[in-house]
Amino acid sequence: MSLFAVVDPVMQGLLLGGMYALFAIGLSLSFGIMRMVNIAHGDIIVLAAYVTLVVVETLAVNPFVAMIVVVPSLAAFGYVLQRVLLNPVLGDDILPPLLVTFGLSVIIQNLLLAVFSADPMGIHADAVQTASIGLGGGLAVGVLPLIIFASAVAVVAGLELLFAFTGLGRAFRATSDNQTVAQLMGIDNRHLYAVATALALAISAIAGSFLALRTTFVPTLGPSKLLVAFEAIIVGGMGSLWGTLAGAMLLGVAQSIGFRYNSGSGILAGHFVFLAILLVRPQGLFARARRS
Amino acid sequence: MSLCSVRRLSVGYGDFKVLFDIDLDIDEGQAMAMIGANGAGKTTLLRAITGLLKAPDDSIKFAGRPIAGTPPHAIVALGVAMVPEGRCLFPSLSVEENLLVGAHAKRRGPWTLQRVYDLFPALLQRRRAPVELLSGGQQQMVAIGRALMSNPRLLLCDEVSLGLAPIVIKSIYCAFPAILAEGTTILVVEQDIGRAIAMADTVTCLQEGKVTLAGPPKQFSRADITAAYFGR
Repeated sequence: MSLFAVVDPVMQGLLLGGMYALFAIGLSLSFGIMRMVNIAHGDIIVLAAYVTLVVVETLAVNPFVAMIVVVPSLAAFGYVLQRVLLNPVLGDDILPPLLVTFGLSVIIQNLLLAVFSADPMGIHADAVQTASIGLGGGLAVGVLPLIIFASAVAVVAGLELLFAFTGLGRAFRATSDNQTVAQLMGIDNRHLYAVATALALAISAIAGSFLALRTTFVPTLGPSKLLVAFEAIIVGGMGSLWGTLAGAMLLGVAQSIGFRYNSGSGILAGHFVFLAILLVRPQGLFARARRS
Repeated sequence: MSLCSVRRLSVGYGDFKVLFDIDLDIDEGQAMAMIGANGAGKTTLLRAITGLLKAPDDSIKFAGRPIAGTPPHAIVALGVAMVPEGRCLFPSLSVEENLLVGAHAKRRGPWTLQRVYDLFPALLQRRRAPVELLSGGQQQMVAIGRALMSNPRLLLCDEVSLGLAPIVIKSIYCAFPAILAEGTTILVVEQDIGRAIAMADTVTCLQEGKVTLAGPPKQFSRADITAAYFGR
C-alpha cells in the first residue's frame, strides 16, 4: 500500500469535515442556547442551497457574491421564524418545538419540490469548483474544500470569541445556564432566542451555499444533512464548538476511507465510527462538563 | 412616598392560590423586612413584583406606573432588581461575568464593577474565578453585586442568609447601609425575625398568603410578631 493511499483519503476526509462542521454548528447553537432541537435544520441548509442557486441565476453573480445576499436573508428568516413560530412553543416540555420543526421540515421539502421539482440541480459557474493545488507525489487538494474548511475554522473561532468576549455572548451563556434568572437580569429571552436562531441560520446559509457549490442537490436532501450534523455534535461532545469541528473531521475521515475501499460503504463507515464513539465515550470526545 | 405599591393582589399557580388580597407599600429610600414562615407566600410576592408570575392588572404599581403584565426584563429596566433565593449564579460565567450580566439593562447610576468590588473587596481577587469555586458567602456577595449592577431603585433580596454561617451573614448585612446610602430602596425577605427587625425601617409579616402585620418594628412587641408569624 502506497503512502498516497493512506494520506490522500485522510486529507480529503479532514477537509470534508469542514463542510460537516458547517452543517452542525447551527444545530449545536440552537440546542446549546435554547435546549431546542431543530428537526428542520437540514432542510434549512438545503433551502439555502436553492436560494443561492436562484440568486446566482437571477443576479448573474459569482456564488461567493451571492452569499452576501443569502446569509443575511436566512438570518432575517431565522429571527422571524423564532419569534413567530418557535418562541410560543418553547417551554419546559421539549416535545412541542420538536413537532413544530418536524412540520417545518415537511413544509420546506414540499415547497422546494413544488417550485424546483425533484430533479437534481447544481451551480456550474465557477472555476473554483474544479481548481486544485498540487502537493507533489500525486497528492492534490481542491481549492473549494480548502475554502470550506477555512470557513468552518473561521466560524468556530468567531463564535468562540463572541461567546467569550461580548455582552451578547455572556447573555447567551447566562440564558443557557438559567433562562429564568437571565430574565431577572434584564435579558429579553424572546429577542435573544431570535438572535440565536438568526445566527444559526446565517451559518446554515454559509453551509447551504457551499453545499450548492460542491455538489448537486435535491429537495429531500435535508434529513441526511441533519443526521451528519447530529453525529458530528455527538462525536465531538455537546457544548464544545471545537469538539464539533473535530467530530466532523473524524466523520469525514471515516467516510473518506470507507469510500476508498468500497464506494457504497463510505457513509456506513461514518455511522460505524459514530456508534463506536457512542459506545466507548458517550459524552463525546471533547464534552464540556455542564454544571447545573 | 411609596415606590412600589401592591393593592388587592391575589395570585397563585393555576388553581392553587398563594396570596390573598395583599396590600403593601414600600417607601422610597427605606429598608423593609418581610418575614413569615415557609410557604407564607414571600417568594411568590417577589415573583409577582418581578413579573415572573402574571399578576392581575393594576394590582402592582412601581414609581406610579402599573407593571402587572410587563415582562421581567422590562421591569428590570424600570429599576427593580432581584437577588434570588439560593443565589442562582450563572455557573458557566466567572465572577466578573456574572456581575456584568447584571448590567445588561444598561441603567445608569452609582453602581459599577469598581463600586461593587469596593463594597465586597473579597470578590476583587476572585474576579476571574468560576463562581462555583467561591464560598457560599462570596457567592451571595456576587448575587447582590450582580443585582446592584442594574442600578435598581428597588432591590429585592430573597433569603440572603439561607445556609450561611452567622459571621458570614453579618458581613452580608453590613453591605445594606452602603446600598441604602445610595438612595436604593431594599426589601429583604428573612426567616430570622431578630435580624430582620434590627435592619429594617418597616416590617411586614405574611402568614398563609395574607399580611398579618405591617409597620415600624418599634410598634410591635415580640408577642405581636410571634402571633403574626405563627398565628394562633
